[in-house]
Amino acid sequence: MIKKSKLRGEFFMQGDIACAEGAIAAGCRFFGGYPITPASEIAERMAYRLPLVDGAFIQYEDEIASMAGIIGASWAGAKPMTATSGPGISLMNENIGLGMMMETPCVVINVQRGSPSTGLPTSWGQADMMQARWGSHGDYGSISLSPNSPQEFFDLTIVAFNYAEKYRLPVFVVTDAVVGHMTEKVVIPPVEELDIIDRKYTNKKPADYRPYDPDDDLIPPFAKAGDGYRYHSTGLTHDERGYPVMSEECQRRCAKRLVDKIKKNADDIIITEEHDIEDADVVVVSYGISSRTVIPAMEKAKEKGVKVGFLRLVTVWPFPEKQIRELSKQIKGFVVVELNLGQVVLEVERCAAKHAETKLVGHPGGGMHKMDDIVNAILEVANEQ
Amino acid sequence: MSNKKQHILEHPMDDLLRMDRIPHIWCPGCGLGSDVAAFADGLKRAEVDFDKVAVVSGIGCTGRVAGYIKLDSYHTTHGRAIPFATGLKLANRDLTVVVFSGDGDLFAIGGNHLIHAARRNLDINVICVNNFIYGMTGGQNAPTTPLGAYSSTAPFGNYEAPFNLVGITAAAGANYVARWTTVQARRLSQSIATAAKKKGFCFIEVVSPCATVFARKNKGGTGLDLMKEFRNRTVIDHKADPTQIPLTMDDEIVCGEFVNREDPTFWENVQNGIKDQVEKNADWEKIQSEKNKRLYKKTLKYEGSRDIG
Ligand SMILES: Cc1ncc(C[n+]2csc(CCOP(=O)(O)OP(=O)(O)O)c2C)c(N)n1
Ligand code: SF4
Ligand SMILES: [Mg+2]
Repeated sequence: MIKKSKLRGEFFMQGDIACAEGAIAAGCRFFGGYPITPASEIAERMAYRLPLVDGAFIQYEDEIASMAGIIGASWAGAKPMTATSGPGISLMNENIGLGMMMETPCVVINVQRGSPSTGLPTSWGQADMMQARWGSHGDYGSISLSPNSPQEFFDLTIVAFNYAEKYRLPVFVVTDAVVGHMTEKVVIPPVEELDIIDRKYTNKKPADYRPYDPDDDLIPPFAKAGDGYRYHSTGLTHDERGYPVMSEECQRRCAKRLVDKIKKNADDIIITEEHDIEDADVVVVSYGISSRTVIPAMEKAKEKGVKVGFLRLVTVWPFPEKQIRELSKQIKGFVVVELNLGQVVLEVERCAAKHAETKLVGHPGGGMHKMDDIVNAILEVANEQ
Repeated sequence: MSNKKQHILEHPMDDLLRMDRIPHIWCPGCGLGSDVAAFADGLKRAEVDFDKVAVVSGIGCTGRVAGYIKLDSYHTTHGRAIPFATGLKLANRDLTVVVFSGDGDLFAIGGNHLIHAARRNLDINVICVNNFIYGMTGGQNAPTTPLGAYSSTAPFGNYEAPFNLVGITAAAGANYVARWTTVQARRLSQSIATAAKKKGFCFIEVVSPCATVFARKNKGGTGLDLMKEFRNRTVIDHKADPTQIPLTMDDEIVCGEFVNREDPTFWENVQNGIKDQVEKNADWEKIQSEKNKRLYKKTLKYEGSRDIG
């Protein structure tokens, strides 16, 4: 039924548009959203594209509705997406929790702007990283991917859909106004050549089906509305039948699996990119747009004789704890470069605590790091006794 | 086992209820049990395919309805049943989607979603149980609490003017608007059947007794006493202007089918709007791809490290 996308080739394309095209290629056929700079172009592109591929687009009355709407669409079997910026994510967090609890595949794009509050609407930042991880109340595992170019915005939107479908949860692509609004070369491969994962549907008969009975991978097979399963799903703590059960025992089972299904599959989810870390003394950790300032800074530090490597987090959540822990035993210290006043650095610090130093090169957003600030931080860590 | 005995053991609603969840959580004398019975009866009258009916609730005593109905059913967040149902419906247009929720859920925290869904004339049905109060949380003021009524957050009597639910919904653009009380079970179920088959946004207000918190704080009686009172105060007038029939503590409860129109739905308008576009743009992707012929080099895959150049 889903018409595959035929768009392919080499384009000069804006990041937000690339994201929308990635979604179309991944099979997204429902978009619910509310306009906000710097993410509106995604909605605009989806409004144009979806009707042409037998999908549905709706501009909701707010972001609360948008998030609730994509969860509803997912239960009807669609691969749904919404896109917003920080203020919108703040409103979505209520239903992001519902999506986590109901285990609903969907994709949430956050094109970050300067913050807090209305902040810098037309400018950028990376200060929603912890919000992406802990935004809704309660314990749950979550996934955030952070592209640093329009091409990667396209690629990672597809990966986000794959993870959402595979692990049954809302998956975030957390980028920023620079990536969203910059125009670069974007290569769109034929959709047949992309790895597209669809959710696992149950093969049980309705009488035997229990909607929250997980397989060995901790993921329960899905049944969509209208297929005769007549199941129940709720945001309340529930048992395998999906029925509310207000007991400590059920709470443990229910909440713990939401955390464990991501924790135990972390190796499969985590994507990082390593540069020269084999014999490094200092490793720079960065992600998204800040990672593009790191490369020239690294070169400059190398000229000054420092053995410096670079670990780029393509997946920010779940955090690559294992990798940082192992690296911390081999190096002097980490330099964390991010466009906020200290968020992901806390995770690096936590994992490196016993073995290596961690230094933040923060920035409140609205501009970029000065290359020298990064170089100096690298030198400081390298020269520390 | 004789046929007769089987009839006693099986209630006619059994196939639409989750019998494994009975006893339910509602108080003795609450109107919700009868409202659900009217809903099940209405669906049967409509002769719809039950496998294609989905029920969505928000949070509250009424919000628990989704959990007791043996259909695809979703118990969502407070106030958000309508946008959830909208996604469900737009992603599978074959479904009959019914939102079953409370007055506070649909008109306080969810009020914005309700008026916009009515404005869009989305093809969903909304059954709103109006018990004049927040039942679940212990009897606080609702946007429907009549002037002067007592609630746990209006210890001196409510001083806020309430919403007239049928008036708002009719004004916002719904195709079908009706009001009944729990007492008119047969008319209510007929309305539910009508809505199940009707296109566009259908809204049914059910004035329903909250035996515990509303009755206790106000009339001092039981759920049954409230039912009797509703019956005595009810006047059926299909021609009434829905904007002119607010509910008060003592006046008539005007019931009826106030709006029944055939305006095009959201989805019909979408289809109408893109009709020519689809033709014109059928080859959009191909044309774009032709323009950008210098094709891809390789499929980009994430297998650990990549060159970021
Ligand atoms: C975001 C949020 N705020 C508050 C609550 C608490 N709460 C639960 S039910 C309810 C009121 C329900 O009233 P109504 O919709 O009239 O349903 P009733 O219980 O009367 O059927 C409230 C305020 C909640 N669950 N979620
Ligand atoms: S509190 Fe009121 S509305 Fe809730 S179950 Fe009891 S009687 Fe019904
Ligand atoms: Mg109520």
